[in-house]
Amino acid sequence: MDWIDFFWAFVIGGAICVVGQLLISLTRLTPARILVLFVTLGVVLTAFGLYEPLVELAGAGATVPLTGFGYALGKGAMEGAMENGVIGAFTGGITATAGGVAAAIVFGYLNAVIFTPKTKK
Amino acid sequence: MKQKRLGRQTVVFEAPPRIAAGATIVGDMEGAGPLGGYFDLILEDDTWGEDTWEKAERKMFEQTVRRALERCAMQPAEIDLLLGGDLLNQIITANFAARELAIPFLGLYGACSTMAESLLLGSMLIDGGYAGHVACAATSHFSTAERQYRFPLEMGGQTTPTAQRTVTGAGSSLLVEAGYAGGAQFRHIFVTGGTIGRVVDLGITDANNMGAAMAPAAADTLAAHLREQNRTVSDYDMIVTGDLGSFGSEMFNELCRDKGIDLSDRHRDCGNMIFDLAQKVDCGGSGCGCSAVTLNAFLLRRMEEGDFTRMLFMATGALMSPTAGMQGDSIPGIAHAVVIERR
Amino acid sequence: MGEKRQKTAQEQRYQQRVNEKMPRSKTVSQCVRAFIAGGLICCIGQAVRVFGETTLHLDAEGVAALTAIVMVFLGATLTGFGVYDKIGTWAGAGSIVPITGFANSIVSPAMEFKREGLILGTAAKMFTIAGPVLVYGIGASVIVGLIACLLAK
Repeated sequence: MDWIDFFWAFVIGGAICVVGQLLISLTRLTPARILVLFVTLGVVLTAFGLYEPLVELAGAGATVPLTGFGYALGKGAMEGAMENGVIGAFTGGITATAGGVAAAIVFGYLNAVIFTPKTKK
Repeated sequence: MKQKRLGRQTVVFEAPPRIAAGATIVGDMEGAGPLGGYFDLILEDDTWGEDTWEKAERKMFEQTVRRALERCAMQPAEIDLLLGGDLLNQIITANFAARELAIPFLGLYGACSTMAESLLLGSMLIDGGYAGHVACAATSHFSTAERQYRFPLEMGGQTTPTAQRTVTGAGSSLLVEAGYAGGAQFRHIFVTGGTIGRVVDLGITDANNMGAAMAPAAADTLAAHLREQNRTVSDYDMIVTGDLGSFGSEMFNELCRDKGIDLSDRHRDCGNMIFDLAQKVDCGGSGCGCSAVTLNAFLLRRMEEGDFTRMLFMATGALMSPTAGMQGDSIPGIAHAVVIERR
Repeated sequence: MGEKRQKTAQEQRYQQRVNEKMPRSKTVSQCVRAFIAGGLICCIGQAVRVFGETTLHLDAEGVAALTAIVMVFLGATLTGFGVYDKIGTWAGAGSIVPITGFANSIVSPAMEFKREGLILGTAAKMFTIAGPVLVYGIGASVIVGLIACLLAK
C-alpha cells in the first residue's frame, strides 16, 4: 500500500469538492445543478484527455467525485467507439458505469423500503 | 350605510369582535424554543401517531380548533364559520380538517399571512352581521413544507444564511361578536380594525431569502395603515410582523425609514421570537404556523394580562410557488394587518 | 410605460440593497470543511481501490466498478440510517460532489416519497436529481463517443 496515493487522493478529491463548494457559496447554484455540471465537465475533460492524468495521479481522488463518473462515461464511450464504432459510442459509457448505476438503483430502492426519513433538528 | 372603511385598504369595526380563545400545538423544536412554556401541546413526535406528516398536520389543524372551542365550552355545531389555510398544495390540511369538523368552511391561501387574513375576514364577517362565532386557524409543518418546497429531508446539504425554518405549528383563534357573554379564555381582547395588504414584488427570486421578498409588502401595508388610520407608530405598543426573520426585519426597518416611518423599538417579528439563536435556524422561523402560534400562545396572553394595550399584528406571506420559481418568476409578498386592542 | 420603468428602477435599488446587506456564507470555513470531508471520502474510495487491486486482483475495470459500487452502497446506507444529511450539514459540497452524494440524491427522495407508493412514489422520485445527472452524463458521453468515431475514420 502506497501512502502517497492516499495523500494525492485526499488532496485532489478535497480540491474538487472545494470547487463545488465555491460554486454553491458564491453563485448559489443548487446541488442538483452542481452534480449535472460536474458529470458533464468530467465527460468533456476526459474527451480532451485532461482528466486521465488526474486519475493516474490521484486514483480515487479523481474517480470518486462526480467528475470521475463523467470520466468513466466519457472514457467508456471513446473506447467503445474505437472497438465497435457507432454502436460502441452508444453502449460504451453506460457499460463502463453500469456497476455504479445498478448499485445506486438497487441500494436506493432497498434503503427506501427499509427506512423512513426523519425530521431534521 | 355606515362607513366602515378608511381609505382604500383599511377597515374599522363598528362593534369590534372579540377574540375569546386561542389554542396552539407545536413540534418539539418549537417547544424547546423561548416560547415553549406558552404552548398548549408540544408534540414529541411530529407525525403524532399518523403514518404521514400531511395527516399529522391535518390532525394538528383539527385539534387546535377543537381546543379553542373547548376553552369557550362550545361545540363545532355552534360555530358559524371556519376560516383557515396552510401551505400545502390545494390547502389539503385545512380542507381535510374541515371535513372532520363539519363547520361551514372557507379555505384561505395567503401563505404565511393566513392567520392575519383569517382574523381580518372573520372580524369583518362578524361586524357585518354575517356570522356570530368564527374559528380562524393556520398551520404549517416543517416536514411537509420541506418536501413540497425544497428537498427531501435526508438529502445532505447546507442551508444558506438567509434561510428560515418552517415552524411546525398550528394556531387557532375563536372570534365572537362583541355582545358574547359565554365562557372565554380572553375577556379583554378585541379586533378593532385592519388593513388588507396588496401583493408587492420587488423582484427577489431567491427562495431562501423570503424575509427580503416579504419586507416590501410589510412596509407597504404598514404605510397604508398608518396613512389611512391617520396614526403613527407611537399609537401602537407593538408592531408585530409574521415571519420576516432577522434579515427580513432589517430590510423592513430600512424600507419603513425610507417611507418616513420610524419603528424605533416597537417592531417585533414572530420568526425571531419563536426560536433561539442557539437552535441554528439561520434567520429564524417561517410558515403560517409561526405567526399563528406566537399570536395565540404568547401575544394574546400577554395582552390579556395587560402587558400592552394595542398591537398591529401583521402576518407576512411569501406567495412563492415552486413552479413559478422554476419558470424564473420572482416571489410576490403580501402582508395583512390586524389591529388588536385590550379593552 | 413610464410607471413600469420607474418600478424597475425601484426593484433594482432594492435588490442591490438586499445583495449588499445579506448575511454571507462563511465561504472559507465551508471550503475547508468541504476539502476535509471530500478528501476523506476519496481516501475511503482509495482504500477500496487498493483492496480490489491487491486482495481481489481485479483488472482496472473491475476496480473502477468495485469502487463505484462500494461507495454508492456506503452513501445509500448512511442516508437510510439518517446520517448522511448530518454529514452534509457540516461538509456541504464535500459530501455532495463525491459519488456517495449521488447515492444520497437517489435514496433521499426514494425514502421521502415512499408514502406515495413504491412505483410512482419511490421509484419515480428516485431520479429527480440523479435523472438529470444521467441524462447529461450519458448524453455527453454518446456525443463524445460519436465524435471519437468520426475522428477515427
